[in-house]
Amino acid sequence: MQTQDCMAPRTARIRSVTNELASGEVFTWTLEHTDGSALAGNPGQFNMLYAFGCGEVPVSISGRTPNGQLQHSIRTVGRVTDAMRTLTAGTEIGVRGPFGTAWPLDEAAGRDLVVVAGGLGLAPVRPLLQLAAADRIHCRKTLVCYGTRTPADRLYPDDLRRCAAHPRIEVRTTVDRGDTGWRGEVGVVPRLLLQGGFDPDHSIAVVCGPEIMMQFSVDALRQVGVADRWIYLSMERSMKCAVGLCGRCQWREHFICKDGPVYRLDQIADLLGISEL
Amino acid sequence: MESLQRIDLVGFGSLLAQLQAEGYTLIGPRLEAGTIDYGAIEGPDDLPIGWRDEQSPGRYRTLPRNDRAHFGFNATPASFKTRLHRSEETVLEVQRGEQGELRFVPVIPAVKKQAWIGARSCELAALAIQDRVLKDSADPDPRYAARREGVFIVAVHCGQAGGTCFCTSMNAGPKAEGGFDLALTEILDGPEHHFVVETGSDAGAALLERIPHSQPTAADLRRAADAIEHARATMGRHLDTDGLKTALYAQAQHPGWEEVADRCLACGNCTAACPTCFCSSYEDQVELDGANARRTRHWDSCFNADFTHLAGGPVRASTPARYRQWLTHKLASWHDQFGTSGCVGCGRCITWCPVGIDITAEASRIRQANGEPPK
Ligand SMILES: Cc1cc2nc3c(=O)[nH]c(=O)nc-3n(C[C@H](O)[C@H](O)[C@H](O)COP(=O)(O)OP(=O)(O)OC[C@H]3O[C@@H](n4cnc5c(N)ncnc54)[C@H](O)[C@@H]3O)c2cc1C
Ligand code: SF4
Ligand code: SF4
Repeated sequence: MQTQDCMAPRTARIRSVTNELASGEVFTWTLEHTDGSALAGNPGQFNMLYAFGCGEVPVSISGRTPNGQLQHSIRTVGRVTDAMRTLTAGTEIGVRGPFGTAWPLDEAAGRDLVVVAGGLGLAPVRPLLQLAAADRIHCRKTLVCYGTRTPADRLYPDDLRRCAAHPRIEVRTTVDRGDTGWRGEVGVVPRLLLQGGFDPDHSIAVVCGPEIMMQFSVDALRQVGVADRWIYLSMERSMKCAVGLCGRCQWREHFICKDGPVYRLDQIADLLGISEL
Repeated sequence: MESLQRIDLVGFGSLLAQLQAEGYTLIGPRLEAGTIDYGAIEGPDDLPIGWRDEQSPGRYRTLPRNDRAHFGFNATPASFKTRLHRSEETVLEVQRGEQGELRFVPVIPAVKKQAWIGARSCELAALAIQDRVLKDSADPDPRYAARREGVFIVAVHCGQAGGTCFCTSMNAGPKAEGGFDLALTEILDGPEHHFVVETGSDAGAALLERIPHSQPTAADLRRAADAIEHARATMGRHLDTDGLKTALYAQAQHPGWEEVADRCLACGNCTAACPTCFCSSYEDQVELDGANARRTRHWDSCFNADFTHLAGGPVRASTPARYRQWLTHKLASWHDQFGTSGCVGCGRCITWCPVGIDITAEASRIRQANGEPPK
């Protein structure tokens, strides 16, 4: 019997592995299907990546190579991701997806695009940096606000540099704790937003990072006058199936795997502040 | 009504025999280890004839009746959920070849004919809910769907209600309003002992044609209606669902969640017993040969710490948050997600909670008390 099974992955191959941090804690896979085709998916969406015998985890799309191959950046935090770190180029894996909602790129047309990211939260918005640097988002200008714990935790320095060199992209970074060589900002990401430099009435903000960081960033965006309707954020919850069967990602009435992970703030504003929901 | 027929006890035996002859495995209630639960049966003699149950918060007991009722008991410990949404199953097999090439083979069971004997209205309401969640969604579970396909349902309208039942509050009984092939009302009145049969599908009508039946008398129909009315009148509990969703959403930060959590053990019995709870975990394991792996699914519970595990720890770290999630999902957010309540009022979670927490009492307490204003 040939029945569609939403739990059965397709095969894909790791084309290359890139270390993103000196610590080796974050690495990027460039993937293609074993038939040579590119993996589908839009910025903001995620795939379920399966490593043989280890398990399967949700990972956001973190970009595409110039020839269109999909990339995923993975942080080692536990059983499955630790095992994934040991896989080398050429290894076959399983992929299900893409799943979930995407960043609303079309809505950025004619607006200031404000990208707010904390830590690994830069991975799901990195496709936006790539597209903006290639003039493929029809926004007026782009402001990137990125915070990490320390300078050593900063991801994708090449992409940030390329953006900073673009005439219509501004990059602001901050760290919680500087080191001896650090001459940039020290403090939390929302402070970067309070410095202004964008038109709050004609902006669209996308926010991605730890939940507490997103809450404070939302406060700052509201404070400078960006309406909830123009703020988007990406939520993270435990997920096993990504199709609403396992029930884990529920956030009151939402299944974050299907209704999210990208939400418009006015759709979830009443849930955001309720702890342990 | 013309679709109503009457079968006597011999006819009832023929009904079961005919189903078997047509290749159905019979799943019905049996008295076993002090409970009345569903399992494979061979005929009427396997039914808990002359037995009843007594249910109250945290308490279940079987007792003899003073008659030979075949269906004189209420909700079984396990629901029919276990027949379709198995507590554990393999969903995927993975083979790794010599070059590391992977092959994914979905594991989908063959359709098997099973006849459910004595499914109650709450059970059918729960089945309709599970269908929506697991079969009629954009990404259905093909294993559930395959098992579901082979089911023939002989329902029984309840003639008595249990101490923890509140199906009337949830519009889920005591009379099954559809979703069956045949539905029986057991008539027990002095020497009178037979069934009034209602047809719910073409398959049900065809089956009824093949077994001895007769026209029910006006007295039969009156007794059948009385039996269901008796169940309605003896409902153990009640839940006011009017405006409940709005109230529960508004009371998310109510201190009452802490109060119930002081008693709740976060054991997850309620979610296992509930006929609509569907949450699952999927696990991947590799075989010792290193060339084969499998993915299994097993029931999970929103009361488990692991359920919301993220790199930083569980999102719902505390028991109040987990109880709030469970109750709010059953009675409120389920409506937004699936256009129906997630609760059918079967009372299992009340009976099988080791500390006797009562969902009807907790829901009304949370909605009534004056909560702190949202923080
Ligand atoms: C939409 C979305 C997008 C994401 N995007 C990214 C991304 O771009 N990059 C990234 O790095 N991360 C991303 N994540 C997070 C990533 O999915 C998790 O970090 C990852 O699942 C952790 O898996 P782990 O097994 O390594 O960690 P663990 O913490 O070990 O395990 C995580 C899961 O496994 C279960 N588990 C843990 N231990 C056991 C055990 N012993 N037995 C059975 N089960 C166990 C837990 O219940 C949990 O569900 C994303 C998550 C979501 C929901
Ligand atoms: S929540 Fe309780 S009463 Fe409602 S269907 Fe589930 S087990 Fe039955
Ligand atoms: S409500 Fe009762 S059955 Fe449910 S988790 Fe708490 S103690 Fe266990």
